[in-house]
Amino acid sequence: MLTKELFRRPKNELENYNKHFKAVLPDVPNELCVLCPVCKQTLFTGSLQENANVCPKCGHHFRINARQRIDMMTDEGTFVEFYGNILSKNPIQFPNYDEKLKQAQLASAEKEAVVCGTAKISGFDCALFVMDPYFMMGSMGTVVGEKITRIFEYATEHSMPVVGFTVSGGARMQEGILSLMQMAKTSGAVKLHSDAYNLYLAVLTDPTTGGVTASFAMEADIILAEPNALIGFAGPRVIEQTMRQKLPAGFQRSEFLLEKGFIDAIVNRKIQKATIARILSLHTKGESE
Amino acid sequence: MSAFDKVCAARAKGRPTGMDFINNIFQDFVELHGDRRFGDDKAVVTGIARLNGMPVTVVALEKGHDTKEKVARNFGSAHPEGYRKALRQMQLAEKFGRPVVCFVDTSGAYCGIAAEERGQGQAIAENLMQMMTLEVPVVSILIGEGGSGGALALAVADEVWMLENSVYSVISPEGCASILWKDSKKIKEASECLKLTADDLLQLGVIETIIRESGKDFSKTYQKLNQRLWATLTKNRQLPTKELVTKRYNRFRKFGEIFE
Repeated sequence: MLTKELFRRPKNELENYNKHFKAVLPDVPNELCVLCPVCKQTLFTGSLQENANVCPKCGHHFRINARQRIDMMTDEGTFVEFYGNILSKNPIQFPNYDEKLKQAQLASAEKEAVVCGTAKISGFDCALFVMDPYFMMGSMGTVVGEKITRIFEYATEHSMPVVGFTVSGGARMQEGILSLMQMAKTSGAVKLHSDAYNLYLAVLTDPTTGGVTASFAMEADIILAEPNALIGFAGPRVIEQTMRQKLPAGFQRSEFLLEKGFIDAIVNRKIQKATIARILSLHTKGESE
Repeated sequence: MSAFDKVCAARAKGRPTGMDFINNIFQDFVELHGDRRFGDDKAVVTGIARLNGMPVTVVALEKGHDTKEKVARNFGSAHPEGYRKALRQMQLAEKFGRPVVCFVDTSGAYCGIAAEERGQGQAIAENLMQMMTLEVPVVSILIGEGGSGGALALAVADEVWMLENSVYSVISPEGCASILWKDSKKIKEASECLKLTADDLLQLGVIETIIRESGKDFSKTYQKLNQRLWATLTKNRQLPTKELVTKRYNRFRKFGEIFE
C-alpha cells in the first residue's frame, strides 16, 4: 500500500491534498512527526492533536475519524451510541464485498461507516451522526442509510435537532441499487423531521461527494463546511475525463460552494463546537427572552 | 438475455424516448418550459396532458432522436435546472391536484463544471426530499437507462415500473468495471454484478412491475401503460393524502436488509 502510494502520481491538483492522513490515525502511536501535505511543515503529532488536527502553521484540516470528532464536538461523557450493532449483508452477492467489509472494520475499528447517537453540545441536547472516512471512505450502503434514517426518526419522535458530520465517497457500489435507494430513504426521514419544525445542521467535511451530497448532506437547514473540503456531486477525476480539461484550482472546495451560494458558512474545526452550540441555542423551542 | 444484453437494449439506437411515450400515451400535451431560476434544460421535458380525460403532469428525461436533437438535449443528461424544472411542475401538480407521471431514461445526471457550479447534488437532493411528501399520486417508469442519482431524482414515487428492456443501477457498468477491475472494458461482468435488470429489481422489491415489450412495435406497450397508469392513478387518487404519503415513505423505508 505504502509503496503503491509512493509511485502513484495524483491525477490532478485536487486529488493531491490529504494524501498523508493515515499518519494521524490514533492507532499509529509510533509516528511522532507528521508532514503537513499543504505547507510541508513537519509537525509533532501531539501538538497537532492538541490543535484539533488542524495544522498550526497553515490551517490545513487533517482527516479525522468519527470517534475523534465525537470527542471534539460533544460534552465529555454525554455521547450515547445508538444502533451500534447493525451490520451489512451482501444483498446482491457482490464479489469480494464480505472481505471488503472485514477489511474496513479492521481499518476503522468501526462496524460501519457512520456512528449515531445522542449527546450534549455545550449543554444542548441533540441527535448526532458522524461519518467515518476510514470505513470504505464513508460510502453509503443499506446500514448507513438505515442508521441515518433511524436517527432522524428518533429525533422527530423526540423533537430534537440533528447535528450531522458528513464525509463520504457517495453511494456504495457493492450494494448496487439498494445503496441508491438509501438516498431516497434518508431524504424522506430528513423531510419528515423538517416538516415537524425540527432543526437539522450539517457539517460537510473532506470529502463529501456523490450520493451523500445528492441526499442528506445538502438537505440540512443550515450547512456548515470545514475549510478547503471537497464537496460535489461528480468527483473531480470523472469531470476531468468527461470534459477533457483540467479543473480550475479550488473547484468544488468549500470556498467555491460558499461563493456559489450552496453552503451557509465555513467554520474552522477549532471553533466548530462553539458555533454549533450558538446555532442550537438560537433554536431552542419554547424559550424566548 | 444476459444483463449486458439488457444494457445494450436499453441504450439501443431507435428505441423510443421520453417524448414518444408522452405522445403515444397521453392526449392534449402542452409542453411547459423553464425552472424560473436559471434556464430551460432540454434534457428534461415537462408539461400537462390528459390521460383518458384526466389532467396529469408529465415529466420525461429525453435523450433525443437524431444527432442534432441529441446534442441539444445533452443525450438525456440533465443539469440542475432540469431537476428544478421538474420539481416546479410537480409542485404545480400538487397545487392543482393532478397526478404526476415521470419517464426516466438517462445515463446519469450531467457531470461537468457548470452542473457542479449550479449545485447538481443540491438539486437532486431537493427532488428526493420534496417528491417523498408530494400530496398527489406519482408513478415513475424506467423506459431505458436508469443511471444513478440522476434517475432517482425523478423516481421517488408510489410505484416504480420498468420496461422489460430497461436497466436501473447505482453506477454505470463501465464505472463499476473501472473501479473493480481497473478495466472499463469488462462491462459484461460488471453488468452481471450490479443486478440492474428489470427481473433483478423486481426480485429485490425495488420495482412494482415489469412492462413487457413486443419487439420494435411499441404500440401495445403504450396501450398497456395507458391502461395501467389509469388504473393506478385513479386508485391512488382515492387515498387520503396522509395515507398516500405514508405509503410512499414506507415503500422506500423498507429497502435494504441488515444484521441486527
